[in-house]
Amino acid sequence: MIWHKETTLPKVDLVVLPGGFSYGDYLRCGAIAAKSPIMKAVKNFYEIGGFIIGICNGFQILTETKILPGALIPNTNQKFICKDQDLIVANNKTFFTSNFEHNKTISIPIAHHDGQYFLNGPEIEELEQNEGIVLKYRDNPNGSIKDIAGVCSKNKRVIGMMPHPERAVDKELGSISGLRMFESVISNF
Amino acid sequence: MTPKDHSPIIIRAHGLTTKEYNQIKKILDRTPNITELGIFSAMWNEHCSYKSSRKWLKELPTEGNQVICGPGENAGIVAIDERLALAFKMESHNHPSYIEPFNGAATGVGGILRDVFTMGARPIAVMNSLSMGSADKIETKEILRGVVKGISHYGNSFGVPNVGGELRFHASYNRNCLVNAFAAGIVNRNEIFYSKATGIGSPIVYMGAKTGKDGVGGASMASESFDSDDKLNKAKRPSVQIGDPFLEKKLMEACFELMSSGCVIAIQDMGAAGLTCSSVEMGDKGNLGIFLNLDKVPIREDQMTAYDIMLSESQERMLAVIKAGHEDQAKKIFSKWDLDFAVIGNTIEEDKLLINFNNKIVADLPLKCLSDQAPQYNRPWTSPKRKKLYTDIPSITIQGAIEVLLSSPNHCSKRWVWEQYDHMILNNTLKRPGLDAAVTRIDKTSYGLVFSCDSNPLLCSINPFEGGKQAVAECYRNIISSGGTPLAITDNLNFGSPEDSEIMGQFVNCIKGIKKACVELNFPVVSGNVSFYNQTDGKSILPTPTIGGVGLIKNISDHTAGTINENDFYYTIGKTDEKTTALALLTELSQTPIENINIKVNLEEEKRNGQFILYLFREKLISSAHDVSDGGIALALCELAIINDLGFIVTEGSTEYFFNETQARYVITVNPSKEKELISLAKEKDVHLTKLGVAKGTKLCFGQNFLSLAYVNDLYHNVISNMMESKNNLN
Repeated sequence: MIWHKETTLPKVDLVVLPGGFSYGDYLRCGAIAAKSPIMKAVKNFYEIGGFIIGICNGFQILTETKILPGALIPNTNQKFICKDQDLIVANNKTFFTSNFEHNKTISIPIAHHDGQYFLNGPEIEELEQNEGIVLKYRDNPNGSIKDIAGVCSKNKRVIGMMPHPERAVDKELGSISGLRMFESVISNF
Repeated sequence: MTPKDHSPIIIRAHGLTTKEYNQIKKILDRTPNITELGIFSAMWNEHCSYKSSRKWLKELPTEGNQVICGPGENAGIVAIDERLALAFKMESHNHPSYIEPFNGAATGVGGILRDVFTMGARPIAVMNSLSMGSADKIETKEILRGVVKGISHYGNSFGVPNVGGELRFHASYNRNCLVNAFAAGIVNRNEIFYSKATGIGSPIVYMGAKTGKDGVGGASMASESFDSDDKLNKAKRPSVQIGDPFLEKKLMEACFELMSSGCVIAIQDMGAAGLTCSSVEMGDKGNLGIFLNLDKVPIREDQMTAYDIMLSESQERMLAVIKAGHEDQAKKIFSKWDLDFAVIGNTIEEDKLLINFNNKIVADLPLKCLSDQAPQYNRPWTSPKRKKLYTDIPSITIQGAIEVLLSSPNHCSKRWVWEQYDHMILNNTLKRPGLDAAVTRIDKTSYGLVFSCDSNPLLCSINPFEGGKQAVAECYRNIISSGGTPLAITDNLNFGSPEDSEIMGQFVNCIKGIKKACVELNFPVVSGNVSFYNQTDGKSILPTPTIGGVGLIKNISDHTAGTINENDFYYTIGKTDEKTTALALLTELSQTPIENINIKVNLEEEKRNGQFILYLFREKLISSAHDVSDGGIALALCELAIINDLGFIVTEGSTEYFFNETQARYVITVNPSKEKELISLAKEKDVHLTKLGVAKGTKLCFGQNFLSLAYVNDLYHNVISNMMESKNNLN
């Protein structure tokens, strides 16, 4: 764990921006965190080709820093939604999804108020062309455009997703689809 | 200079009677100045002094081998094992939640979390018990929407799972909703912090958020009835505080760092009556005086008077007495977390609360008298007279009755509420909200903790003694249904005005019932809160004693998670008495008010049947257990079928049989291969066992009559969302 006031990253293979409420998220979610001292170092890490995963609030921070395209706006029902959610693996050629078959349905919990992914028309086309859509919702819970639940950067080294794979790693608690994701990461390093 | 005598209007505005005011003058041998009057008002109001309830609360059982800390501290504490303990408490935030639903409910969650982490315990779960007005009123929907959003906002952001609770609707809560917040946290037994100050000259430090004018006089407001003119009530809005969950999260982490640095002597959160109550309490417990220099208090706005600073209820603030010489070390921790920190006073030898402001002494009061000599009342009380007459259930088929119950806001699924709460965060929620009690596991141990909150206001209004017993017994049963051994409870007692002898009678009889059940079931009360004056225009709420209970599963692998398999047999544990009232059904169907209820709690049977269920769990003889409460066996069966997505076939019976609410019963499911063993064990332990039928198919069959599972599933899950989301309600 690295303190937000740090300005450099230690030597790492992968940076994970976890979920939560950064700085309380009293502005747009992730907007304040995007300006935190450590994020400059994360941006540099991205620019030199580093691997990054952003989960939930971490995804919001990645769009706020423009490392990933698009924006996350409030769910269409204007409510926080916490539940198990079925997802479709739309791209299994990433370091985070390579352990899954293409188009496989997996279950991973969601827990967010601002998870509606949005992109303008031309940008959506670009994202699709780059195979940037990694995960899609089945029964879209939040109004995300094209049912998008997770995307990756052009270089496929940065992934952002609203669902919480770290909550699906233990049979006692339900699904273990999230565990498969982290296993994908390990097998790709 | 002796201040001028205060006018009766000022005295009344401070929630004090003339008699109480004269008592203050007698103690001081002079007239109090306005700051001093404010301090007395804050300490002597019902909310802080328990002046009408203390006499009765003393009767509750608070001891047991499992109890480490009973009532009187920020939260109660029970032992989990030789090393770990659980701190927990429930507290009401009723009045603020009615006036300003979002912030009122949010700060209710914030307050109860602070109570828990003040004792050194890291919060692991919260719950909420909500009582709202009539479901068809637009105002009810607005309040519910705001309350749920407020709870969701605070708890989710703070990062604690909200694992369960209750939601009921009744006209008596129109314009006087109840929001009772529960929190529990884990603490090492040798790292518990208390509020008793020691040592003369020990520095008193202020930590957390700055002080503003929000909530000035909040505790006094919570000790008043609401007015018939709603504008006057809403005018009280400035006395509702605004919460900041992010600041609270930082405050908790900073407090834990401070605690582990070894310099904390006593610590107390600033909740009701803010700086006044927290400083007096620490001095009082340690038999010490307190000197405070308000010029050092971090303030958020200009022109704050000593009165404002002493009575502000700004959130996310803590007060501690630390060891002298550790001030700089403590300050460093709080700067790391970008929080305010200031040494604002010290303990003194004399029994005094001495307040300095603008280099002048603005209050000089004997400290002990603020709590010790607070008025204590033995209010007159009368027991309610019950009519002999019992109302019969109007003629209805079983399917018809199920449709009525499942489509009632009181008995349908509350998913609309708990899906807005993060109930999974921390990755330990083994059993999510929705049925019986929630279960969370404790990191790095084999333990599971079980949480439930329960109340039966309708029964309490007609038979408060049995109602008090029933609330405790149902909580006990819910914990057992989830596989937990019941440990202890916290009670949140919500009533109308104690000055009304009938209401006081409800209170006294409920307490007697709670006491009886707690003693018999070895389920002591370790913390709690009383909320009186829940009434508007002299019309009181139903008596609502909410019981928040905790239980322990020693080995979570024993926890069968309640999965029913096809062809499992359904059984009832406990004898059914068809003469017992089918209260839930009767309430939905009856055109006239219910005047008598025949529900009795046999505590001996509760204990025997409960212990039997725990035995069955340990021996892995049953695939699930569910308590029978509102709606009797029928509703219990329906809920199990819906949650497990598996129908059933049970033998025919009367509506009275399926819907009566005989207590001490459970519905269980057993694999056919274990049926024989179950039967012989029940005989051996003298437990009444009745076969109901079998889990099977996609229909709920009562003999030849049936409902489809898909249909009841739809009914059950969509009542609240249809009610809340329907377009014509959005105004």
